[in-house]
Amino acid sequence: MKRANEQAVEGFFVLSAYFSALLTVALFGFMLVLGLPLFAEGRIFSIMAQPWAPHLGQFGIQPMIVGTLAISLLSMLFAFPLSLGCAVLISVVSKGKVSWLLRKTVEMMTGIPTVIYGFVGIFLLVPLVREFFAAGSGMCVLSASLMLTLLVSPTMILFFCESFARVPDSYGKAALAVGGTEVQKFLHVTLPNSWPGVVIGFTLALGRALGDTLIALMIAGNAVQTPGSLLDSARTLTSHIALVFAADYESPEFKAIFACGIFLYLFTTFLMMAVRLLGVGRERWAR
Amino acid sequence: MNKRVSAVLVIAALTLVFCSGSFAAALDAFKGEKGEIKIAGGTAHIPVMKEAAARIMGMNPDIQISIAGGGSGVGIKQVGEGLVDIGNSGRTPTEDEVKQYGLQMFKWAIDGVAIVVNPANKVRSLSHDQAAAIFAGKIANWKEVGGSDQRINLYTRDEASGTREVFWEKALKKGDIAATANVIVSNGAMKGAVSQDSYGIGYVSVGHIDESVAPVAFDGIEPSMQNVKDGKYPVARGLFSNTKGEPAGLVKKIIDYLFSEEGQQIVVEKGFISVR
Repeated sequence: MKRANEQAVEGFFVLSAYFSALLTVALFGFMLVLGLPLFAEGRIFSIMAQPWAPHLGQFGIQPMIVGTLAISLLSMLFAFPLSLGCAVLISVVSKGKVSWLLRKTVEMMTGIPTVIYGFVGIFLLVPLVREFFAAGSGMCVLSASLMLTLLVSPTMILFFCESFARVPDSYGKAALAVGGTEVQKFLHVTLPNSWPGVVIGFTLALGRALGDTLIALMIAGNAVQTPGSLLDSARTLTSHIALVFAADYESPEFKAIFACGIFLYLFTTFLMMAVRLLGVGRERWAR
Repeated sequence: MNKRVSAVLVIAALTLVFCSGSFAAALDAFKGEKGEIKIAGGTAHIPVMKEAAARIMGMNPDIQISIAGGGSGVGIKQVGEGLVDIGNSGRTPTEDEVKQYGLQMFKWAIDGVAIVVNPANKVRSLSHDQAAAIFAGKIANWKEVGGSDQRINLYTRDEASGTREVFWEKALKKGDIAATANVIVSNGAMKGAVSQDSYGIGYVSVGHIDESVAPVAFDGIEPSMQNVKDGKYPVARGLFSNTKGEPAGLVKKIIDYLFSEEGQQIVVEKGFISVR
């Protein structure tokens, strides 16, 4: 028999869970309603495919969609192997002081505000990229991706370390007992058993990379062209929203940014679902 | 006599309360006032308007001031039709508009925009044609305008920027700005970007120029504060607030406040040129 206060606490948590889930749905509804004029006029598809040129009456967000994908996916391409490697180094390869020091460094990095990364990007990375490749201004897809890698990696590393640590010790000992090496133990026991955690860590980092505004706004250059190379200046959907938000509320520019919001929301949702499904599939396989 | 003593005491007290004592008096005009004021129009005005409104409302919570954008055209139209109390514009209303609506214009700041390059760049003067070709992406090497053999990196401002609007209208004569141009979000960040990039070119409000960037003469005229004030430098405009008929009551006090020492201080802080 449950005590009354226990029930109350449980009820409170259930309500909180429903409320936050509802907020997410409500947010989408809100964007749909505000973006309604675009749907009504059937312009939502032309907006997804057109370039952005307000003085020509074009309010398309296609360059921003490409920019967002290029920057976030490239940064995940850098960050995932890097994070997995770091996590292995911290929890498997190195021992004692070194491991502790690395871990503390990574923990400290999670606490650094995004704007600091942005500043470091502007004053160190951008001039370096500009001079090294001798093309463009250095504010480009590559610079933003590299900085974003630095931003999302620490969280991912810690998440991976935790996942590795949750694999029961006895599994590992069994692997060693049948003559496996540390590397074999990691590859065949630890990694498969912590795979769901790795997937969740990846998903979280991807969400952060897609949603981050400041890094791209500060160092991707924000040009309204569709980036054709890694050294081209590009604008993400989030920076686009930030840049256009100051326009007045009745302008077509302002209305068009709801298309950005809707696209970003749907895209993030689908990507998360895809990654989760992929993760679950792998988990079954592991068993 | 008693009155004078108490006035002195009030001023002394206010001096202690506000560190910038000399400004306190300007806000006194709003004491005991009440009401709602609607302001709309030019986006360049917004930073100054917001700061002024915040100070006025902070001093007297009974006053409500709402500020909307819309652009100069909207500001003039709405104040003319009585939808708002003050309509801001970045241009003088046309004669038709003045006649039709009976508008009163108040120019409380000047906004000048200068082309800037990195101090390491030798180019210090550009004609209108050269500037337009550079920003359209047609001239892509500094060598073509008398500089070293280096690519040109373009920096421009976001759509909502008043600085961009003046520059685009008056310097580029509404010509194209290349899509490859990097878009920077503020005058400060623009200075940062150009001071970092030896091959960069951008533009900032004249009030923001310092030694980190080199101003470029436009059609042979230096973008100095004095040249802007004298009307010699062409890439500039007045910031106007317009009212329908003679302003009265709270509206008049707000406009007076913009012209006061404190109001003009805000004007300078936000990167414009004072009219005093």
